[in-house]
Amino acid sequence: MPTATYDGTLVPVDDEGFFTEPERWTEPMGEQIAKELGIDTLTDRHWTVIRFMREQYAAKGTGPTVRVLGKTSGVSVKELYQLFPKGPAKTAAKIAGIPKPRGCI
Amino acid sequence: MGKHIVILGSGTAGTMTANRLRRAYDESELRITVVDQDDSHVYQPGLLFVPFGLAQPHALVRSRPHQLHDGVDYRRARIDRVDLDARTVYFAVGGWIAYDVLVVATGARLLPEETEGLTGPGWGENVFTFYDLPGAVGLHHALERFEGGRVVVDVADMPVKCPVAPLEFAFLADWYFQRRGIRDRVELTYATPLDGAFTKPVAAKALSGLLERKGIELVTEFTLGEVDGKGGRLVSYDEREVPFDLAVVVPLHGGAEYVERSPGLGDELGFVPVDPHTLQLPDRAEVFAIGDAAGLSASKAGSVAHFEGEVLVRNIGRFLAGQPLDGSFDGHANCFVETGFHRALLIDFNYDTEPLPGHFPGPVGLPLMKESHAAHLGKLAFEWLYWHSLLPGRELPGIGSAMPERGKIHLPA
Repeated sequence: MPTATYDGTLVPVDDEGFFTEPERWTEPMGEQIAKELGIDTLTDRHWTVIRFMREQYAAKGTGPTVRVLGKTSGVSVKELYQLFPKGPAKTAAKIAGIPKPRGCI
Repeated sequence: MGKHIVILGSGTAGTMTANRLRRAYDESELRITVVDQDDSHVYQPGLLFVPFGLAQPHALVRSRPHQLHDGVDYRRARIDRVDLDARTVYFAVGGWIAYDVLVVATGARLLPEETEGLTGPGWGENVFTFYDLPGAVGLHHALERFEGGRVVVDVADMPVKCPVAPLEFAFLADWYFQRRGIRDRVELTYATPLDGAFTKPVAAKALSGLLERKGIELVTEFTLGEVDGKGGRLVSYDEREVPFDLAVVVPLHGGAEYVERSPGLGDELGFVPVDPHTLQLPDRAEVFAIGDAAGLSASKAGSVAHFEGEVLVRNIGRFLAGQPLDGSFDGHANCFVETGFHRALLIDFNYDTEPLPGHFPGPVGLPLMKESHAAHLGKLAFEWLYWHSLLPGRELPGIGSAMPERGKIHLPA
């Protein structure tokens, strides 16, 4: 199992860098991951999405897709892409310290 | 007085469920009512072939009630909503029906109007879908007129019915233009919101290899934000553009409209979030969903509905008998992927096992994940089986609900 060090703490992640143990995540870790993904400052709107991702993961066992985020988070799909330009569902999940959203097959 | 089962939807899943239940129970034990809003049962796997002139549109449509066994009531009505507390289904024109067990089988609905510009200028002229019959017929005429240029096949966003159908369309388009002798004048592009040609690594590798060999450009992580029919551009939410002369778009999907009007029944997209293994709605023991209507991480495909059906009928029986449910669906899906030139490739997978090479249903059987003429013949033969064996609720000999592990070869991607 690969690991990564965020905010001075070693945490297990998957091959693509998603947390496998979301309870190990802290907000400063989220800020560091965001920086590494090219988002220098996390605004209130970013945090709205990040917290929503964590709540959804806790309730449903998987992070939502972009489309579901757009319908339920209070942030439109267009704005989601402005906040997380490289794919909101995956980027926000990574910053929020939850496993990669399963999506659909 | 027997119990009353109401099945909403008379497509693949609803029809199979009604007929399976009718075979399993005497009419004195169980009354079965099926509700649908029209009389047209479309053989949806056939839609793929219509644009290429390989299927006649009228041959794909049959009467819904005629597919139901004697002793199944058919009620033609639009559903207004379901009241879960009152165990009652209300109809749009007035009237209602009460149930002891409800099976939601109203499938998925196309939502082209939810994508900016998709149903605007160009819709039905240079922008089409083949996911419904009028669209497939319109596309057939457009393809016949097409003399060259850029053709893009695009999946707006997941989930969609039969996730391999858009790939099959791209493969068949390559074959079609070659047969017409104009392939060198056509640029083919396949754009998908996924990060590969398919969701799962081994199949994604095999299928993207096929796209490459056929000279079809693959554009990944392309979530459709806007269609500019006049300017001939698809624009993704992250502002990338794919130019086209002819666009074949698989629109967004959602559940049936009445699901949204029925508190507690659906999820954000109008699909019914039943337990992935028992197919029962949590906290509503008398409500089940099957097929495309279910909000599961299984493919929205007829084979899935068929495999779910065996589990569903068992669980409904256990529920009626007051016993704990023991039927468990494993997410089994089985799809023939038409690859053109009279060949096809079979994939078989479930919740836990991705599509792998090998043979199906056992070590001696059809090759998996490998193009063959046999698989193409299997796909063609399937239409007869659909009407005469699957819809009537018969089991296929040697092919059960659970995904067969025998015959599969586990390989790293």
